[in-house]
Amino acid sequence: MDTQAWLLLVAYLVALLLLAWPLGRWLVNVAEGRLPRWLAPVRKAEQVLYRVAGIDPAAGISWRPYAVALLAFNLLGTIAVYVLQRLQGVLPLNPQGMVAISPDSAFNTAISFVTNTNWQGYVGEATMSYLTQMLALTVQNFFSAATGIVVVIALVRGFAARSTASIGNFWVDVTRVTLYVLLPLSMLFAAYLVSQGVIQNFSQYKDVQTLEVTAFQQPRIGPDGQPSKDAKGDPVMEDAKTDKQTLAMGPVASQEAIKMLGTNGGGFFNANSAHPYENPTAATNFAQMLSIFLIPAALVFMFGRMVGDPRQGWAVLTAMTAIFVICVIAVTMQEQQGNPLISALGVDQGISATQPGGNMEGKEARFGIAASGLFAAITTAASCGAVNGMHDSFTPLGGMVPLVLMQLGEVVFGGVGTGLYSMLIFAILAVFIAGLMIGRTPEYLGKKIETFEMKMTSIAILVTPILVLAGAAVAVLADAGRAGIANPGAHGFSEILYAFTSAGNNNGSAFAGLSANSPFYNTMLAIVMWFGRFAVIVPVLAIAGSLAAKKRMAVTAGTLPTHGPLFVGLLIGTVLLVGLLNYVPALALGPVVEHLVLWAPK
Amino acid sequence: MNSIVRPAIVMFTVLSALTGIAYPLIVTGIAQLVFPDQAAGSLIVRDGRPIGSSLIGQSFSDPKYFWGRLSATAPQPYNAGNSAGSNLGPLNPALLAAVQGRIDALHKADPDNTAPVPVDLVTASGSGLDPHLSVAGAQYQATRIANARGLPVAQVQQLIAQHTEGRIMGFLGEPRVNVLLMNLALDALRS
Repeated sequence: MDTQAWLLLVAYLVALLLLAWPLGRWLVNVAEGRLPRWLAPVRKAEQVLYRVAGIDPAAGISWRPYAVALLAFNLLGTIAVYVLQRLQGVLPLNPQGMVAISPDSAFNTAISFVTNTNWQGYVGEATMSYLTQMLALTVQNFFSAATGIVVVIALVRGFAARSTASIGNFWVDVTRVTLYVLLPLSMLFAAYLVSQGVIQNFSQYKDVQTLEVTAFQQPRIGPDGQPSKDAKGDPVMEDAKTDKQTLAMGPVASQEAIKMLGTNGGGFFNANSAHPYENPTAATNFAQMLSIFLIPAALVFMFGRMVGDPRQGWAVLTAMTAIFVICVIAVTMQEQQGNPLISALGVDQGISATQPGGNMEGKEARFGIAASGLFAAITTAASCGAVNGMHDSFTPLGGMVPLVLMQLGEVVFGGVGTGLYSMLIFAILAVFIAGLMIGRTPEYLGKKIETFEMKMTSIAILVTPILVLAGAAVAVLADAGRAGIANPGAHGFSEILYAFTSAGNNNGSAFAGLSANSPFYNTMLAIVMWFGRFAVIVPVLAIAGSLAAKKRMAVTAGTLPTHGPLFVGLLIGTVLLVGLLNYVPALALGPVVEHLVLWAPK
Repeated sequence: MNSIVRPAIVMFTVLSALTGIAYPLIVTGIAQLVFPDQAAGSLIVRDGRPIGSSLIGQSFSDPKYFWGRLSATAPQPYNAGNSAGSNLGPLNPALLAAVQGRIDALHKADPDNTAPVPVDLVTASGSGLDPHLSVAGAQYQATRIANARGLPVAQVQQLIAQHTEGRIMGFLGEPRVNVLLMNLALDALRS
């Protein structure tokens, strides 16, 4: 890493802490319903809404009805997103005349956005109407983020509570998180993004006359309206020329803001945050990177305060940051090293005052290597999945870093809510392992960890690797799975492994060469995304309910302290152990083989 | 059952209207009022007609213009209605063929230039719409452009220096030039 890359990383971490700390305090107020007086009019409106909906906001509920309400809310979302996509051709706000999305793609996208994955098999600017982008996709960006946050609030309440059945009220939590956290932050961020050049309009796509005439080849369209094929089945190409460029338009900034803040990651455009209309400058890029980690980091501070011991939050934050920094260094070094095969062609990949050098395939000139590597680590450490460069074109080990960060279970900051609740599950596992070693009943934050919690913890930790590895195995064996591969050799396997890793961990980034908009991948990945999300959330809520019912025990000399370096090391060890043991064989077949081939002496 | 269905439907509808209709409309209102040019796409208008956007690159292959990054969009390069990267892996022969193709084109247009080619000039951007190029990538082409236009090389170098955008606060982003804006400036030199 060169000096600039170090400066960028340090500035990033400092800015993150400065922003996340006050937000963490605010999140405590929102979670505990202690809102300032000047919000009284909004709180009145809130009360009216609860009355119409038939909700008693004061009544807490136990974990089972909490989970049922959460699932009902998300099921309704899935149906709405599906229906809106299928009907977009006859609905308003569709100046480009986009037609209905195919059933399998609509199903995949519905689940993808509801589960906070935001995996995208479609090309946004070529398939989705403005209404679908707003009322289906933007809405789920808010709702899936709110869902993640309320689950972690419920879990933290479980730790903080003393012998109670209630873990809160789902409807009240979702409403408050949306009204007092997500909406105001998004509004501010969207306004900033527009000021920097992110577009926000409802115009038709704009044709501009280019300076030069572009000559290119395009598939010949036969009399039947389909591309003609030759005897071998390849498309027949014909020469074409154009002096026009069509600029895709749309209400981008409003969606972009919540896409990042909610760690959703589904771009308005196909190229996501690499697209200049989504991420026009180095400054917006820095702000976007901050916005990904902002809420996940703030939630850790909220956790520390709500359990009455901020040191507990710092311990978790330290573990997350340690893994994160190592991964940033790894990906940046790999990408700055560049591609030896390209050097051999007489290309200068050196870092200098006038060029970023390194592996620039799939990266933008305004971001260079350092800001692309950092972005890649952030977006996959958090379950965001937005990209400002194409991970498929990263060097083998550079591309392995995003894979590994997802495979660790999205616990390094992680998605909004999901990151912290998954990390707390690992903390429970860590104290359990420590308890076994010293022969004491494990406890965490004064709560005894017993059989029920450990059963639920096992489910929550194991369900994702099973989904990922089994899904990838099926895809590798099936013709329909192998048909999607774009790159030859070990990299093709990595593309499939990446797709299932991304879906199972609800990240949504891709080795995007994989042709995933097929009935096979749309269905398989949708199933993996759904269970990767809700088969974790339900056990976590069960743990929350079980913990809430327990007494909080006093700290004694025999208690394992969970705020010191010993515990931080234990937590990091547990995360790495589980992640690495599950995935090392698969990684060896993909990126590791590719790296050895790339650097083998010729 | 009513304890689930009624809250679910009411809350879903109201919160959807708030986040999916009111919020984007308010942001659009603010954007159109305060930042109308940016909200509309930072268009460059000449004689009343839009000729491009300062944020979106265009394809150049004429020796008298600066060439930008390669673009993997389909069917034509720099198709701003279909953004995409190449997604070619580091070992993919197609990647090496694309790089070699660009190197050959550069050498053909400027046979005397034997310097190593800056990497961003021979690789495709992530969006396929990258408006920028590294300063090294621009300097590499200065002699060719000067010859093609009958200008002194120093004048082209000066143009590059004028268009160089540095790092924000010394560490954000990369030193770069906007290819379309430089080419417009080149055409303006002539007249």
